[in-house]
Amino acid sequence: MTAVILSALASHWRRNPLQLLTLLVGLALATALWSGVQAINAEARASYDAAAATLGEGQFAQITARDGGAMSQQTYIALRRAGWMVSPVIEGRLGSVRIIGLEPLTAPRGLSPISADSGGDLTAFLSGPGQIFAHQNTLAQLPDTDVQGVVAVDVAPNTAITDIGLAQRLLDRPGQIDRLIVVPDQPFSRRPLTEVAANLSLLAPQDGNDVAQLTDSFHLNLTAFGLLSFAVGLFIVHGAIGLAFEQRRPMVRTLRALGAPLGRLIVLMALELAVLALIAGAIGVAMGYVIAAALLPDVAATLRGLYGADVSGQMTLRPVWWLSGLAIALLGTAVAASGALWSLARMPLLSGAHPRALSMSQLQRGKFVLAMGLLLVSAALAIWGQGLLAGFAMLGALLIGGALALPPLLTWLLSCAEKRARAPVTQWFWADTRQQVPGLSLALMALMLAMAANVGVSTMVSSFRLTFVGFLDQRLASELYVRIEDPAQAAAITAAATGHADAILPLLSVNHQIAGMLGEVLGVRDHATYRDNWQLLRASPDVWDRLARGDGVLINEQMYRRAGLELGADIAVGQDVNLPVLGIYGDYGNPVGQVILTEDLFRRLFPDVTARQFGLRVDPNRVAALRERLREEAGVAESAMIDQAAIKAASLAVFERTFTVTAALNVLTLAVAGFAILMSLLTLAAMRLPQLAPVWALGLTRRRLAALDLLRALVLASLTGALALPLGLALAWALLAVVNVEAFGWRLPMYLFPLDYLKLGMLALLAAAIAALWPAWRLSRTPPSQLLGVFRHER
Amino acid sequence: MNVKALVFLLLLPVAALGQGFAGLGTQAENFAQPAPGRALEFPADHGPHPDYRIEWWYLTANMAGPDGTPYGLQWTLFRSALAPRGGEGWETPQLWMGHAAVTTPEAHHVAERLARGGIGQAGVQAKPFSAWIDDWLMEGHNFDNLRLTASGADFAYDVRLRASGPLVRHGQEGYSVKSAAGQASYYYSQPFFELSGTLSLPEGDVPVTGTAWLDREWSSQPLAEDQQGWDWFSLTFDDGNKLMGFVLRGSMDYTSATWITAGGQATAFADGAFTARPLRHHSVAGRQVPTTWQVSLPAQGVDVTVAALNPDAWMQTSVPYWEGPVRVTGSHTGVGYLEMTGYD
Repeated sequence: MTAVILSALASHWRRNPLQLLTLLVGLALATALWSGVQAINAEARASYDAAAATLGEGQFAQITARDGGAMSQQTYIALRRAGWMVSPVIEGRLGSVRIIGLEPLTAPRGLSPISADSGGDLTAFLSGPGQIFAHQNTLAQLPDTDVQGVVAVDVAPNTAITDIGLAQRLLDRPGQIDRLIVVPDQPFSRRPLTEVAANLSLLAPQDGNDVAQLTDSFHLNLTAFGLLSFAVGLFIVHGAIGLAFEQRRPMVRTLRALGAPLGRLIVLMALELAVLALIAGAIGVAMGYVIAAALLPDVAATLRGLYGADVSGQMTLRPVWWLSGLAIALLGTAVAASGALWSLARMPLLSGAHPRALSMSQLQRGKFVLAMGLLLVSAALAIWGQGLLAGFAMLGALLIGGALALPPLLTWLLSCAEKRARAPVTQWFWADTRQQVPGLSLALMALMLAMAANVGVSTMVSSFRLTFVGFLDQRLASELYVRIEDPAQAAAITAAATGHADAILPLLSVNHQIAGMLGEVLGVRDHATYRDNWQLLRASPDVWDRLARGDGVLINEQMYRRAGLELGADIAVGQDVNLPVLGIYGDYGNPVGQVILTEDLFRRLFPDVTARQFGLRVDPNRVAALRERLREEAGVAESAMIDQAAIKAASLAVFERTFTVTAALNVLTLAVAGFAILMSLLTLAAMRLPQLAPVWALGLTRRRLAALDLLRALVLASLTGALALPLGLALAWALLAVVNVEAFGWRLPMYLFPLDYLKLGMLALLAAAIAALWPAWRLSRTPPSQLLGVFRHER
Repeated sequence: MNVKALVFLLLLPVAALGQGFAGLGTQAENFAQPAPGRALEFPADHGPHPDYRIEWWYLTANMAGPDGTPYGLQWTLFRSALAPRGGEGWETPQLWMGHAAVTTPEAHHVAERLARGGIGQAGVQAKPFSAWIDDWLMEGHNFDNLRLTASGADFAYDVRLRASGPLVRHGQEGYSVKSAAGQASYYYSQPFFELSGTLSLPEGDVPVTGTAWLDREWSSQPLAEDQQGWDWFSLTFDDGNKLMGFVLRGSMDYTSATWITAGGQATAFADGAFTARPLRHHSVAGRQVPTTWQVSLPAQGVDVTVAALNPDAWMQTSVPYWEGPVRVTGSHTGVGYLEMTGYD
């Protein structure tokens, strides 16, 4: 009997191939978007983890030279012999590759690719020509040497790891190290650091992974996109499955009347869906891979440009997201089908052969109440919620509540329009549109979510761009920036630039423990460059004059939020030096807290630190001439000079890539929503015939009816779009003002982009129009005999 | 014996290859090989021999606190060469490993240090004598008066050693055979150190006095290929005599021993004269290790039971092994140290 039931079930799909297609494509698209985004995130995160593991920065305390420069290998020996369990690290660039030299015998477990107790060929690593561990691509970029390259997938992209001795040779820095990692297990007793070597700073380990934290908001956008896309897809699947079950009610009744047990019937139907879900899921995962592979280079470039996070532009197939894609397809199908199976299970044997799809409006009241409840929860979380989790919960409640509120709102709007209509056709048009809302509601909710996501995410990205570009204008006020290798070169640069530049502004910086956190102290010269260009988020009166007198400091927003330092609060910037906070500045893209002092005070507090960079003010037309002069007179390498225009151009290029990614995802989600509308309209078309036939019989031509149908789709889409706008803006606000602050410590101002929204609205209309075109065309071609048949068959 | 140590010998590379102690029996290409008839020269031979693959400075001590509580102490510096040459800087193929331990009847504290040669972090010089790795030291103007320090996460010690007897050469004038196939090492000891100093333990500082035994050994392939490990005994009897004996476990056990009189007269015993039979096994670190032994050297009338002071004296280091103080009862009474390797 099982075979008979199966063939009866399958016959439905044979007769309705379009429905089967809807189901498969909807599910595949949903899975594709979800798993594509997941793949991108997973790839990027794997890169950060590799970077974190590679560098050990953050997880371990470190010792650095107080002046921020290199230290002697003898310092390392002196510390070891005083009982300090430290391990040396040297770092530098060889072409485009970052070389990291580690000492495998003393490095903390897991840091070095080879160690004494973790296996691997220590002999090959330490002796002979040596070994370099890196990604395949990275190895290919290294200059030819006799060193053996070893492919290591867990090393960060563009990074190569080798023994410290070999690294010193490759970088031509014999006897030098850049920093010392402090191993967690230290002996019973050891001599104080200052007694062993002067001019060292001990930096406490940092919590968490900087880069990961920094890029969280970026991934948040992607994840939000993925989740929304999946929700949109689920609406489609829900619609398709619901419809298939509705239409098969008569068949189920017949099968049961013929003696098929209900239990077996339900099991077989569930099994059928599981198979379909697996097929669609597999297609979806494959498509997700294509999407991810296409977008990943742009994402990688964005992350590198924005945050300096090295992410490989190449996809690796990770079984985790493969499986999670399939699982989510199955889960989604189960969620979408559970209601239909449940109602089927409770169907009395001899009744209910009629489709109930259009009689579900009584459910709407309950949904509306639920929607309002969710929106209230979301508002409450926005006001009182704390932490990232609350931020996410708020986002979820907002979106689901917004989507659920859509059908009742549409119905209400359409009734209003209906009451105002006077002409009979217009009245019928509104009434018929309203009557279609329940059937189209899932597709319209999908459209709404897609549009809200697009509005929200693009508002966030655009706000970020605007803020960041403005911030670059403030921050990069000098026309030319020159990196300084040593104090002698600083003097040479000063001599060469004097008289040729309008101002020479040394930029002093040192890593320092501030307010219990690892932070950075900057020393800047009092100059109009800063006064004229910097916009402070909050400032006390005469802030620049007081800063110049050394009466206080400026702090960045991260420091302000993390340490809770208000204006006027005292902050310890050096031994026994406490100064009030005079102002707070935005510092986007920087993970650490920062304090700005005036140059004189900085030199007093950190006498050993020399300037590592100069900002040169010069007429923009003379930048090239000045570069030339610095290269010839002061021997500054071309790579050590960056002009402002180049930095800005690079930053803007980064944002353009961000937009590529956002735009691609926008189009994809809208396409999914458009597809949902198409399928809903197609399936509704057959059922609507009985409603259209009388209107046709009253004299409306098929052409006219088709035009009205097209118009109806556009009206519904524009109403949905209009309702999606506030939801999208609320989403953007939540991302910028709640989630962003929780995830990484600064709040971005929100800007509105009406033109973009208009364009998006047009796009949504276009999608709806395209979706409605075919059903309308089919309607205009419906044979009159079929319309007449409605009266003959009496349904 | 110290073959013991060999172990480690190859310590690093070998351990990394997962061969453990058995790796000590692998081929030693290009390294110098011990040969009989070479007279040891001091103080030069107190220093390192970089042409040989492995070498150690191995000190163990039996001590007592003011209340009579017995303690044991270990300080070991291993040298392991990836290639038979010295040299300065990171390029040198010489690697160093330090092990330190303090054993009480209740606890066993262990620390390990690793270092590259050539950069000053670890090394040995013969005159004035100094052996060091990080902040661990064994040094003095000469080999008879040494200061010894070490520290770990939960212990430290700082003691003085004064020799009250001569150096003892094992085997044929320091040429010590390790297998029937002829594997051998150079091996001498200073078993006559008087010790005094301070142990720093989690419960506080403890002043201690006692005796210490220093082994020096170097070789390139100290074990035959079928030898998996060894059991090594250094016993100091209450009557002033001392006994060094070891069993190399292989397809055929190979034993060797040196009888040392209170005056420093050494008599070497060839394979078979010395026997050691496990009496009781103890479960430690997931393995069964014999921590009570019946030891005999009939030629000197020795038939004693050797029992661990603390059977949990497991060295959880890169190459794990058992090493700890023992008590001796039977035909002779006394104290000593037991090392057991290759119990994987």
